[in-house]
Amino acid sequence: MSEPVVGQRIERTEDLRFITGHGRYTDDVRRQGMLFAAIVRSTTPHARLAKIETTAARAVPGVVAVLTGADLAADKIGGLPCGWAVVNEDGSPMREPPHMALVQDRVRYVGDHVALVVAESRNAARDGAERVEVSYQELPVVVDPKAALAPGAPLLHEQAPGNLCTNWAIGDKAATEQAFKQAAHVVKLDLINNRLVANAIEPRSCIGEYDASTGEYTLTTASQNPHVIRLLVGAFVMGIPEHKFRVVAHDVGGGFGSKIYPYAEDVLVLWAARKLGRPVKWTADRSEAFLSDAQGRDHQTHAELALDANGKFLGLRVQTLANMGAYLSTFGPAVPTYLHGTLLAGCYTTPAIYCNVKCVFTNTTPVDAYRGAGRPEATYVIERIVDEAARALKIDPAEIRRRNFIRPEQFPYQTPVALQYDTGNYQATLDAGLKLAEYAGFAARRAESAKRGKLRGIGLAHYIEACGVAPSAIAGALGARAGLYEVATVRVNPTGSVTVLTGSHSHGQGHETTFAQLTADALGIPMASVEVVHGDTARIPFGMGTYGSRSLAVGGTALANALTKIVNKGRKIAAHLLEASEADIQFKDGRFLVAGTDRAKAFGEIALSAYVPHHYPIETLEPGLEETAYYDPKNFTFPAGLHVAEVEIDPETGVVELLAMTAADDFGKIVNPMIVDGQVHGGFAQGVGQALLENCVYDSSGQLLTGSFLDYCMPRAADLPSFKVTTECTPCTHNVLGVKGCGEAGAIGAPAAVMNAVMNALAPEGVKQLDMPATPHRVWSALKAARAARAA
Amino acid sequence: MAVPVSLTVNGRPVRIEVEPRTLLVEALRRDLNLTGTHVGCDTSQCGACVVHVNGRSVKSCTLLAVQAEGARVTTIEGLGSPDKLHALQAAFKRHHGLQCGYCTPGMIMSAADLLARNPRPTEHEVREGLEGNICRCTGYHNIVAAILSAAAELRGEKAHV
Repeated sequence: MSEPVVGQRIERTEDLRFITGHGRYTDDVRRQGMLFAAIVRSTTPHARLAKIETTAARAVPGVVAVLTGADLAADKIGGLPCGWAVVNEDGSPMREPPHMALVQDRVRYVGDHVALVVAESRNAARDGAERVEVSYQELPVVVDPKAALAPGAPLLHEQAPGNLCTNWAIGDKAATEQAFKQAAHVVKLDLINNRLVANAIEPRSCIGEYDASTGEYTLTTASQNPHVIRLLVGAFVMGIPEHKFRVVAHDVGGGFGSKIYPYAEDVLVLWAARKLGRPVKWTADRSEAFLSDAQGRDHQTHAELALDANGKFLGLRVQTLANMGAYLSTFGPAVPTYLHGTLLAGCYTTPAIYCNVKCVFTNTTPVDAYRGAGRPEATYVIERIVDEAARALKIDPAEIRRRNFIRPEQFPYQTPVALQYDTGNYQATLDAGLKLAEYAGFAARRAESAKRGKLRGIGLAHYIEACGVAPSAIAGALGARAGLYEVATVRVNPTGSVTVLTGSHSHGQGHETTFAQLTADALGIPMASVEVVHGDTARIPFGMGTYGSRSLAVGGTALANALTKIVNKGRKIAAHLLEASEADIQFKDGRFLVAGTDRAKAFGEIALSAYVPHHYPIETLEPGLEETAYYDPKNFTFPAGLHVAEVEIDPETGVVELLAMTAADDFGKIVNPMIVDGQVHGGFAQGVGQALLENCVYDSSGQLLTGSFLDYCMPRAADLPSFKVTTECTPCTHNVLGVKGCGEAGAIGAPAAVMNAVMNALAPEGVKQLDMPATPHRVWSALKAARAARAA
Repeated sequence: MAVPVSLTVNGRPVRIEVEPRTLLVEALRRDLNLTGTHVGCDTSQCGACVVHVNGRSVKSCTLLAVQAEGARVTTIEGLGSPDKLHALQAAFKRHHGLQCGYCTPGMIMSAADLLARNPRPTEHEVREGLEGNICRCTGYHNIVAAILSAAAELRGEKAHV
């Protein structure tokens, strides 16, 4: 028997290949006779295609083919589907314009897919792409959602009048109006949740293959969910049945949401491979990633909070415009609606909430889920306006939260926006976070900064998120077009080693370690005897992949259930071998033993018996020891916690220095604290990036101004402090592991915490409002304007 | 037109023929199958492609292969092996200094150069020293801890855990 490993800081199994340069990312994979593809992308945000001249491109040495939208249509390749059908407030369906992998007659954003050039080498493909001459008839452009909704705005899709995808609402409007009528105080806030680019450091890459002898297609792609790609690209776009279509995602260099979706390039390399009879690879360069990876956030929100005289929240009203970009990406319209509006209760007992969201088409890159997906946007609205209220009512920010928290005895708690929280203890995470952040000593630190002429601020955000997506029936009722369960197979090999096949996918999260920890403890075997396999539809029965902090809560629970089935079958085999009743067999420390005796069989002996069934209950039990479990969660999980930021601002330069970031999270039970800490650190960096550095900007003509790492400010080591993190635990009540998920939390609370800290520093100077990112120029300008207003 | 380039890569002399416009990183990945060196951007910002050329860290996406004629090149594959890890490789594993692993080879090669120039860096110096490397997963916290730990080990002190 090995020592229990669940709950321990176990070093990662997968690291050895990564630290020695032996990872296998998609662009590392080469095939015999492989061709290379380059995409001709639109250089203009909105235009009719007058002509695509390909003669010169075809003449470039090494160019094998130049394919356009006309070729695609002739081969009856379908459009990229949206995975979520949002229903309008009036009950009508959302508008869902077609989204072809190569444009047909019109481009709608800079980076849109105009033509495909395939060549013998990467350079030849790029040379060819440069020689494709595209004549555009320019059309008027709109990049701002508010402008896109205005009468007479340029129209992107005939199928979407007024550029409106959906006009969605949640909550009780009348009850909320009533709450505002009774309010002693009303606080109002206009917020912009800035557009972000996920920027996984591995650019997207894919290889299409077609085997004419079997009729099978293989797509090797940097994806977070290969089975979902197989379903969507196979069934909806290419018309390839599952049994003729393999999707492989080996090592994937980060995703953060941007690698959930099937992209045009996935379709194009498969199509070209079939047409040309050779494997075709495409790999994005960073410029293409900026133009064509689905982007994140981009909300404009007006929020109002009604409070009674004691600072109790009575009602919350939220109006949001969400930029969808030019087309609907897979989850695009679900993010600002179901993943945002349903979270607006936060951790509080606000009895009446109404939220209206309009999703709008513009001439920009499509927007979809990025780490947190809707929940950071909801948290930002709630936690910013709660701080505004605290300031207005002169209540300490920690105290106003405490007064409004859902208390532990109130769980399960039904919010006014659909969700039912199963468990939590927000007071505990608040207290732990305040202690770790030394909140009580802040006033002294602020005074010390003031002596040096610096403005110091502290900011809290007590977030909640809905993770473990998702109960299929609930998701289906909300418009999801797929089930959201997860699948695991446990294959015990004859000599006792174990292969775990999981439909979850790791692109940095460490499944090969944590899933092996679960397996090792459940079967009483060393981790070294366990191999975790993910990312291959030919090896793994099925799966829905990794997003929404679902891997452990849903995929891990599927694994736990499959392991239970293994133990149950092992018990039957042991009963036969030990000539005992099955009811008397206990499984403990890797041994099946007859209760109350010393008669036992080791796990390895049972495994061997299952495959060499000489002495075996063959009349009643099949040989072999392999079990599969599909697990559909009963509810979402609800991680929550306090994030605290402390900043110091130089009023002369506007530079915000982040001095400390602290987290006290409740993720339920934890399998590997080292990995959980790492997830929080990484989420923090992305949340701080949104608050202080990152901003995806289009100019009014529709050109992307931030199209490289020179212009889009990624957080670097010197931009960040070391982080302080701790956890509290209220186990999830509806999965056997008691786990909630931790992958997105850091990015959910941090933006609000940092901006609350910045406002805490600036409000005494008269600054009323500041949007992300709080760049030196913005901060300096805001201080200058506030001082001018005071002087006037 | 292909031109010959002779290099010593990870201690082994190699001779390849490349188009003159071939970047060193392309030659390493394509012609020498050393795919541990990665490409993460096209503006020499991310540092995923860092290797050592004649003992100093270089972004191999900013150097033509022909410019490296005659040079000694060390890639992540040559720094240590699974059986014999370099102190930095071991420290990255011990401190969970990597998640997706894509920036890791460049990060480790940069760190090795940093420690060669400054064996006793402060946390601040480590953070400043990583200016040319972007990681999107870890928030750098554990990377910094790993480098400080490896530095202590390389100095012959007990690695602080």
